[in-house]
Amino acid sequence: MTGQEIGRARLRKEDARLLTGQTNWTDNISVGGLLHLAILRSPMAHARVDRVDVTPALERPGVVAAFSGADLAGGLGSLPCAWPVTEDIVLPDHPPIAVDEVRHAGDPVAVVAARDRYAAADALEAVEVDYTPLPPVLDLEAALAENAPLVHADKGTNRCYDWPLRAGEDFASVRRRADVTVKRRYHQQRLIPNAMEPRAVVVVPVAASDEYTVYSSTQIPHILRVMLAVVTGVPEHKLRVIAPDVGGGFGSKLQVYGEEAIALAVARRTGRPVKWTESRSEGYLATHHGRGMIQDIEIAATRDGTVLGLKADLLVDMGAYLMLVTPGIPILGAFMYPGIYKMGSYELNVTGVFTTRTPTDAYRGAGRPEATYAIERIMDELAVELALDPVELRRRNWIRHEEFPYTTIAGLTYDSGNYEAATDKALALFGYDKLRAEQADRNERGDGVRLGIGVSTYTEMCGLAPSRVLRDLRYAAGGWEAASVRVLPTGKVEVVTGTSPHGQGHVTCWSQIAADVLGVPFEDVEVVHGDTRAAPQGMDTYGSRSLVVGGTAVHHAATKVVERARKVAAHLLEASERDLEFTDGVFSVKGSPDARRTLQEIAFETFSSHDLPDGMEPTINAGHVLDPDTFSYPHGTHLCAVEVDTETGHTRIRSYVCVDDVGRVVNPPIVEGQVHGGLAQGIAQALFEEAVYDDEGNLVSGTPADYLVPSAPDLPEFVTDRTETPATSNPLGVKGVGEAGTIAATPAVVGAVVDALRPLGVHDIRMPCTPERVWRAVREASR
Amino acid sequence: MTRISVKVDGTAYQDEVEPRLLLVHYLRDRLGLTGTPIGCDTSNCGACTVDLDGVSVKSCSVLAVQADGSDVATVQGLARDGQWTGLQRAFHEGHALQCGYCTPGMLMAARDLLRENPHPSADEVRHALEGNLCRCTGYQNIVRAVLAASEQEVTT
Repeated sequence: MTGQEIGRARLRKEDARLLTGQTNWTDNISVGGLLHLAILRSPMAHARVDRVDVTPALERPGVVAAFSGADLAGGLGSLPCAWPVTEDIVLPDHPPIAVDEVRHAGDPVAVVAARDRYAAADALEAVEVDYTPLPPVLDLEAALAENAPLVHADKGTNRCYDWPLRAGEDFASVRRRADVTVKRRYHQQRLIPNAMEPRAVVVVPVAASDEYTVYSSTQIPHILRVMLAVVTGVPEHKLRVIAPDVGGGFGSKLQVYGEEAIALAVARRTGRPVKWTESRSEGYLATHHGRGMIQDIEIAATRDGTVLGLKADLLVDMGAYLMLVTPGIPILGAFMYPGIYKMGSYELNVTGVFTTRTPTDAYRGAGRPEATYAIERIMDELAVELALDPVELRRRNWIRHEEFPYTTIAGLTYDSGNYEAATDKALALFGYDKLRAEQADRNERGDGVRLGIGVSTYTEMCGLAPSRVLRDLRYAAGGWEAASVRVLPTGKVEVVTGTSPHGQGHVTCWSQIAADVLGVPFEDVEVVHGDTRAAPQGMDTYGSRSLVVGGTAVHHAATKVVERARKVAAHLLEASERDLEFTDGVFSVKGSPDARRTLQEIAFETFSSHDLPDGMEPTINAGHVLDPDTFSYPHGTHLCAVEVDTETGHTRIRSYVCVDDVGRVVNPPIVEGQVHGGLAQGIAQALFEEAVYDDEGNLVSGTPADYLVPSAPDLPEFVTDRTETPATSNPLGVKGVGEAGTIAATPAVVGAVVDALRPLGVHDIRMPCTPERVWRAVREASR
Repeated sequence: MTRISVKVDGTAYQDEVEPRLLLVHYLRDRLGLTGTPIGCDTSNCGACTVDLDGVSVKSCSVLAVQADGSDVATVQGLARDGQWTGLQRAFHEGHALQCGYCTPGMLMAARDLLRENPHPSADEVRHALEGNLCRCTGYQNIVRAVLAASEQEVTT
């Protein structure tokens, strides 16, 4: 590598369009003859659909077509679940549009196509549907009881799967010899993703060739193309999927949605281009939710604070159907419950449960925030039990810097890390001792506003994923990523990536990587993505995999370009390849600095192909498909101080400090920005956000007015810093960062709130720690 | 149908619209000015914020007929002759956007703030942006960018 780009705070190439409104969001796309779709959705959590009559809608002004589920059933197969985690998993049918039964509020039952969006929305009112209500299934434990009402009657059970993991010594025997055991139940409330851009899809039939261009606000254009072909029967080579500008995803657009299949089906039936854009409130019902889990956690330790083992029983709310990777989300987390701690026994069981609620799937960390919350909160409780400082308890148990690489009890090999360095730096920035002294003082005075301190020393698993590991976990696809690098005749460079960004700054970062390897100016690189024609091969963007797998693939492809160019240079300079140096984009002969060729010159020589080495293919362009050897493991230490008003229950974050180690950093401001955004979500789960259902299965928090997405005054100024322990598994040394803040923040914040109130007898508060919950906890403890 | 005339980013338009048509849909669907995005249907998110006769409004909460005779400014009219405003530059230089979907609304709301209060405190910026949601940045860089723009005494 010759350049200076990696590590440089380059301003983003992406910004110009976004700052001036020259954007290409899916809903911006318009073509002649466009029909707008509106979807009628079940108002009930669970019901038999006795009759759907769309004909009255056809009489409404502007309406061109209308279909019930039964009308479209012939052309639509079941939506896919690509992660059947066990051999005997229950896999229910998942029609994109309900035919005879609805299983959650918001399940689609009919679709109307009209000449404008108002007309389409109006016409929904004319569709006639008769429902016979069926009992909702809402309580995870009751759902598993015998004679419980069934979400999928034909399956005979609401139990989707059981997935056990056992490692090391039997936990029961560890429990017997432990000095201390602590057991807790934690609830991971459902979260609603709220990517700022609502989901949207536009399908444009290509006249006379039976081809379709599908624009979707998706994170996964490549996977979507495969799956849409499977679901709709349109051959894959007749489908082109484009993810234009995508306004955030956070996992909620890592999905193959019914609406995408419905839109394709309607475009096919009408021969017209169609557009569907969700309203936010509609999205709350129809876009998958995150989390949704009950965790029973038990930890066993000796009196001196050595952790001996951990047991975790998870009841996971799948919702009504299995979406693309629904069952796999807790499995991703399953390996992370031991966190950064050494222990000799680990026992976990995941039970997936069907309910009559919106399906759950990947959301911001996908299983790993849940795992980190459980281990970090139970470590706090263990510290209380042992009368140890929570940071000291962690120090006694974590993997020490000199012990890497380290294989955890869960079977993961962490390549590198330095928990001591990150923690020491964070404690110093935070002023830990001083804050503890203030806390003691306030407690002693019986201050009405208590100070609490929370700590989270987390690691996460990024770089998803080695394909053979995915095979062992029964995931249907691989975890590779593709890149190709094209040096154009004039020396400008196009990088084609299979990753599909939605705010992460790939264009800028991939330009930095390519510019460094090729020795060309940053400005001379363009990045092509998100179109299955232009970037034909990819596994897309999720799980903090893009840089680690996709960015590394760019590095490898660019390196191949240099090696090909080296052959041409050696030929032109009449030198041996061994005698060539390559610096800042220039090949020169060692000892003869005047004998030189730039990469750009070689690109043009290859374009003309008048004088290439014998037998050489006339191109220096190269591609690389990278299947990673292993995961990467960023880590860090987050510290939060809160002030909790015991009279009102209001929590104010007084300071938030984090030191993250994400390996080598390509673009520091982008890394910092990713951490900030993650922190906002992590804090939001701790304090604000929850999808609430009533006893009938209606989504009570059904609009942004009822679901508290934090705004600027709700969040503090963050203090962020870094340590840098390069990953050993890729040449860039990068580890991934997208989910770090989310994973780490939730336990730090809840830990702080509980810490503030513990002297008053409060030992846990269920998330989110709203003023009402905090107030009630204080009142109940003082009774 | 009702006849309206509005000026948007300096260009005059005359149209017949349904009385119920929202200003944001008029801008997007009728005028093709898609720089102003829609993020919600409850006026909570602020993505569609535009300037209506010198006041920042959520264009999903205004009917096109209410804009009759008005001067509307959108994100698409901020830059002049390819020159960005100080706020746009500050957002770029401060990495105050990621996916960028909330950015037009953030820029328009921040512009309104700086017009009323050219040198706000960080708390004042946070409160002024309370009606504009962002899911990517955690707000910190947005707040800093608005402060940076105010320090440059940029008149937007």
